[in-house]
Amino acid sequence: MPYDPQLVQPMRDEMLRMGAREMTTVAEVDAALGDLKGTALVFVNSVCGCAAGNARPALALALKHATRPGQVLTVFAGQDLDAVARARQYFSEYQPSSPSIALLQDGELVHFVHRHQIEGRPPQAIAADLIAAFDRFCGATSAV
Amino acid sequence: MTGHVFHPGHHELHGITVVLETAGPVTYVGRFDTQDDEGLHLKDVAVHQEGADPRTKSKFLADCGKFGIPARRKSVTVPAYQVIRISRLAELEARSQDG
Repeated sequence: MPYDPQLVQPMRDEMLRMGAREMTTVAEVDAALGDLKGTALVFVNSVCGCAAGNARPALALALKHATRPGQVLTVFAGQDLDAVARARQYFSEYQPSSPSIALLQDGELVHFVHRHQIEGRPPQAIAADLIAAFDRFCGATSAV
Repeated sequence: MTGHVFHPGHHELHGITVVLETAGPVTYVGRFDTQDDEGLHLKDVAVHQEGADPRTKSKFLADCGKFGIPARRKSVTVPAYQVIRISRLAELEARSQDG
């Protein structure tokens, strides 16, 4: 059963503050990822403080880097169930976990961060890994 | 909401994806939840059984590290006396990349 929407709203807001676009329906996911040109980061948000509590600040840090994905998108696991399931179809070679982070380039998955690669790590360390991926796969484009 | 934790006061491994090796042929990979008199409770668990799984344990663990946890069981409780080692999956993955 999903958490109370009021309880998770601050976690949604944290993503919106860093410029992410929220996808809450299958149609929104397909519109964003179905014919993707350029790069997009998809953050699978989660209520879990053990991992998401570090992942969101890490992403906020990483997105201050000059090189970043063309789009920053987010779905919320355990909340927007259909949208999450559809988003995961775009990176289906990886087992589902939340939070997790997918980086796509022209529709192809090029980098993936699992939950277990987030747990217990400080945001700075997670951000450093993300920045390395941005430098490798993203041009000098600005998000949103 | 940064750093917000919904479930404070748990075991230090609570919420961490661990590899739980037993004295027998079975290895579990899952999210550590709690430990009590019944044993260690894991959530969203993948199971490897030496001899029954076509992959070796090391290949299974490498695949978990790279592709994620193929969780087939929502929860598993393993009696503490069966457990010979608990490791963080991420640490095993890092060590295998170093070595």
